Amino acid sequence: MSWEWEIIWQYLPKLLDGAWLTLELIALSGLFGMLLALPIALMRASKNAWLRAIPFAYIFFFRGTPLLVQIFLIYYGASQFEVIKESFLWPILKQPYWCAIIAFSLNTAAYSAELLRGAIQSIPKGEVEVCEALGMSKPLMIRRVVLPRAFGIVLPAYGNELLLMLKSSALASTITLLDITGMARTIIARTYTPMEMFFAAGMVYLVIAALMIATFRFIEFRLNRYQYYHHTPLPKTLDPQLRDEHLDT
Amino acid sequence: MSIRKLIATGCVIAAAAVSAQSTFAGDKLRIATEGAYAPFNMVNSEGQLVGFDVEIANALCVEMKADCDVVAQDWDGIIPGLRARKYDAIVASMSITKERLRVVDFSEKYYSNVLAFVGPKGADMGVTKAALKGKTIGAQRATIAGQTLEDVYGDTVNVKLYDTQDNAYLDMSSGRLDGLLSDKFPAYDWLKSTEGKKFEFKGADIDINDKIGIAVRKGDKLKGKLDKAIKAIVANGKYAEINAKYFPFSIY
Repeated sequence: MSWEWEIIWQYLPKLLDGAWLTLELIALSGLFGMLLALPIALMRASKNAWLRAIPFAYIFFFRGTPLLVQIFLIYYGASQFEVIKESFLWPILKQPYWCAIIAFSLNTAAYSAELLRGAIQSIPKGEVEVCEALGMSKPLMIRRVVLPRAFGIVLPAYGNELLLMLKSSALASTITLLDITGMARTIIARTYTPMEMFFAAGMVYLVIAALMIATFRFIEFRLNRYQYYHHTPLPKTLDPQLRDEHLDT
Repeated sequence: MSIRKLIATGCVIAAAAVSAQSTFAGDKLRIATEGAYAPFNMVNSEGQLVGFDVEIANALCVEMKADCDVVAQDWDGIIPGLRARKYDAIVASMSITKERLRVVDFSEKYYSNVLAFVGPKGADMGVTKAALKGKTIGAQRATIAGQTLEDVYGDTVNVKLYDTQDNAYLDMSSGRLDGLLSDKFPAYDWLKSTEGKKFEFKGADIDINDKIGIAVRKGDKLKGKLDKAIKAIVANGKYAEINAKYFPFSIY
């Protein structure tokens, strides 16, 4: 089998169009997913058994079924009902773009809610007790202490989740969207060069993933500064009487 | 006695093995079809592959006195699969195109295809480029209809490409599409179904000189045998018999 580099260069602009759609999909679904995951995680971490039980079915369903099935249910399933086709939802559900975003958001929200719940529960008990001792109200405590701490803890795992979502977004191509994978498949249908085009598509995913990893490392570094703190060595010329032997090492 | 019996059994097994091998090495053909392109190839309620393509494939095998196995394969991986020797021929209503001829060989045509637009019954839908401007039209990815839609109408029409023809029909009946560009014969079949009743052909047939052939690997001798077999079943009436089961007009 011959390898045609020209084909990759010729169709790269089209693949990059697809990359833009992929980025839009994961950015919007990541955002909506996070907004949805927040209250769910707080409910899941609550001490009230009823509050904990409400989101259980939702999380169970979205973590327990394949994303492809969820996409098909929302895209092809919803359109089978006259009720939905006549409702105000149809202008949104009519578009594959929004169907994909709804499916991805609901899916990622289920996973991130569980991640966040774990993070909230792993905040050292003492920190929560301090808030209570200071007489902080619950909302204030959540806003000032619980969420900022939980975000710091959840970041590495959440970065993972977003990377997984980047790759799952390839499923958008099954509902006529021309994301990176959809674009690659449409090009292959014309050129019959699957090796070249899938290689190129893989490279585009790799670049996006690299950018996401770098961004997350940066945010992690900012948010968890205390973990990266190093003492600055004291100047050698400092008056010996000012030295503190604990800081000297 | 027991030793004699043992030898005898051994001989029988060996003979069976040899004969099995010889039929296997002989004319065991693996033929791929898609299984989502009614009425040419589809999966029936028992999970078997049926349709015009499958019947033609079987008739050709009878004509060539070959032992055949028809397998299902997704459309956009069907040519790569042939090249990877997962099967020896594709009988899946595949158009003979220049692009495909770069990578596979084709038999002589076994039917001719025309394209047609499909739209809601009663809707006043022109099929000129100007009339379709801004409309959402669907077609199956990696098909002549899909490529014609992209090449001829792509700049003014909102093109949506589907993995299977069935998914395009689903979106047509759910109202996401204003129209479909499709091969005419499978659409003819769909228009007779419960879902398809609400739709009809729009405008005249689009003859794009589209011949449907059987794809084989480049340089495979199978091509010659298939050409001969196609001629034979057209001549002996077998073809017309299969044709009549599906369409009241000849599609050769």
